[in-house]
Amino acid sequence: MKSLDILIVGVGGQGTLLASRVLGKYALESGYDVKLSEVHGMAQRGGSVMTYVRIGEKIASPIIDEGRADLILAFEKLEALRYAHYLKPEGEILYSTQEIMPMPVVTGAAEYPKGIEEQLRGDGVDALDLALQAGNSKAANSVMLGALCKKLGLDREKFEAALLASIPQKTIDMNRRAFELGYAAV
Amino acid sequence: MKKLLLGDFAVARGAWEAGAKVATAYPGTPSTEITEELARYDDVYSEWSPNEKVALEVGVGASIRGARTIVSMKHVGLNVACDPLFTASYTGVNAGLVIAVADDPSVFSSQNEQDTRVTAVSAQVPVLEPSDSMEAKEFTKLAFELSEQYDTPVILRVTTRVAHSQSLVELGERQELPLKNYEKNIAKYVMMPANARVKHTVVEERTAKLSADADTLAINRIEPGDTKLGIICAGGVYEYVKEALPEASVLKLGMVYPLPYKLIEKFAASVDRCIVAEELAPHIETLVKAHGIAVEGKNIFPRCGEFSANLIRRCILGEDTAAAPAQVPARPPVLCAGCPHRGVFYVLSKLKLNVLGDIGCYTLGAVPPLGSMDAVVCMGASIGMAIGFDKADPEAHKHSVAVIGDSTFIHSGITGLIDAVYNKAPVTVIILDNRTTGMTGHQNHPATGKTIKNEPTYELDLAEVCRAVGVPNVRTVDPGDLAETERAVKEELAKDEVSVIIAKKPCALLTKRLYKGFRINEKCKKCKACLKLGCPAIVNGKDGITIDVSLCTECGLCKGVCKFGAIEGEVQ
Repeated sequence: MKSLDILIVGVGGQGTLLASRVLGKYALESGYDVKLSEVHGMAQRGGSVMTYVRIGEKIASPIIDEGRADLILAFEKLEALRYAHYLKPEGEILYSTQEIMPMPVVTGAAEYPKGIEEQLRGDGVDALDLALQAGNSKAANSVMLGALCKKLGLDREKFEAALLASIPQKTIDMNRRAFELGYAAV
Repeated sequence: MKKLLLGDFAVARGAWEAGAKVATAYPGTPSTEITEELARYDDVYSEWSPNEKVALEVGVGASIRGARTIVSMKHVGLNVACDPLFTASYTGVNAGLVIAVADDPSVFSSQNEQDTRVTAVSAQVPVLEPSDSMEAKEFTKLAFELSEQYDTPVILRVTTRVAHSQSLVELGERQELPLKNYEKNIAKYVMMPANARVKHTVVEERTAKLSADADTLAINRIEPGDTKLGIICAGGVYEYVKEALPEASVLKLGMVYPLPYKLIEKFAASVDRCIVAEELAPHIETLVKAHGIAVEGKNIFPRCGEFSANLIRRCILGEDTAAAPAQVPARPPVLCAGCPHRGVFYVLSKLKLNVLGDIGCYTLGAVPPLGSMDAVVCMGASIGMAIGFDKADPEAHKHSVAVIGDSTFIHSGITGLIDAVYNKAPVTVIILDNRTTGMTGHQNHPATGKTIKNEPTYELDLAEVCRAVGVPNVRTVDPGDLAETERAVKEELAKDEVSVIIAKKPCALLTKRLYKGFRINEKCKKCKACLKLGCPAIVNGKDGITIDVSLCTECGLCKGVCKFGAIEGEVQ
């Protein structure tokens, strides 16, 4: 792994912070320099959120510029499209097919775009359905992390351990199932 | 040992390693995590103060009495703390006093985009600015040393991107310091005119000396490179410059006030073109130009918003990797599913009232479809603005209310309420009491009955506070009960006296449990009454109106507005 710039996007409350911290932990334990940049506060209240994860030999800026991400991990389909222009020409998006209606759509001021998947270069995962299979919709981020682990060819044992060390003890079984389902989905 | 640390946590670690004994703060994004982290150390006394002014006053006292102290706040919190700040600059310190202030370029979670460095110039307080977590820790330690060496409070300025980024930090050990001896010194610590006049001269001399000494301060350093282009920068911007212009000569300033003019002169003379790259105000640029050194700056860089490596490339090299983003609907933040404030805003919106608002999650009551907010300015302003509405238009109080959160009311709403009673403004105030400081991530406050360490303490009774200042009408409602809330608002608006309604229900995020979620059955007539709640869990999609079970917290508000019994599930 030379360097890896990953943008994690989603809707505030979906667990993008957990995903970035698991990646950070994994990178650190694998001996890399790593910088994470997060959004707290107002933007967490159901708004569009993005978190940057930069892994490499020596990282300067903690943020990833447009046109420079290797991979986008998207927890929601519209958010995948919103940030797709951050990808490098050869970059790919790993996205959950879950749709969460933004308030302008709920109020009828806008429409949820159709045909998003045709515009995305990468893989879609039905994370919500797989999370429900694992036990609860809240496990969707573990499903996506399972898929990410496979997609990037990361050391599964080490990555799963980084995840399980970052979540409450009582949800470990559910999240392990979710990770497994996500891993098998791509 | 190397650890991946949030910038804020690194500041906390630095304070701990520097032997700080006292840490105070009022929560404010992006500074909150500094004091949250310090609360985990048993050898540091920490507190959530009622507001930033009190936090700094406690800090000044602790410093004079001999304990190294860190006081943390966001940029607008520094406005509240300016009164003690400007005079603490005169008194100086006994043990080190560091004020960690977090600015918010791009306004991620604030009401403005002001620049703390400008305030620091007025207060004549030195400012250190770290670029990453490692520097955040080391600069915090250095700030304590400079504070004692130069007898001044020191501001450690971070921005959102430094405060909320994680990078590697080499941890150190704590320096155990005994409590410093305190000696009564009226000339130093009692700022009455005769002493303040003398002290002002001392402060001017101190600033000049700091500026001269800054020329050789190790954190101000030249990184020689291509002499065609030289960049002067500090803080997070330094990282963007290194990323975008790895060949350029760089003058990295660790101390951004006062400035090392000889070093800057030397650097500017060594390059063909010298540019100051700084976010927000042209602070460095203005001072450098006033000193007679020719530099460029805001002629090429914006004054608004945060920078990035891409922005540096674009402004200096004319290169841009940015592609056009897809045109998609915006996703603004909203009140969470199950938010106790929703019931109140639904009623206020339904009654078409003017709503003078305040700072907190509930500012999101301004977002459609609720859209029930007329003005929001700063912490505690809602009550004063409601009084102003009434004094300008004596009929206004019949159709306007002030809304303010529980923590914000304690921060700076109580004095406004006293004004309403004292000056006979018959306003109606709704305290949105969600039993926590919500927006910043659930910190305790005086009315939760718990300290920062979750230890039990006296629980401030908000209703008793209101009665004690002379409010004749004080009542408590459950904002989950829409009929009761509406009745209370109508009744209190009809009175020609000050009223306070306490809408009391805990924040939905405090309940850490898993929900099954409600479902909508075939009785749904698609009347869309439930959509007026602006609940993110209620979806009007291609399958008609449905409930997103991943978001629903079974609060039952939607059952309260559905006339057809179409919503199924047990209210929690």
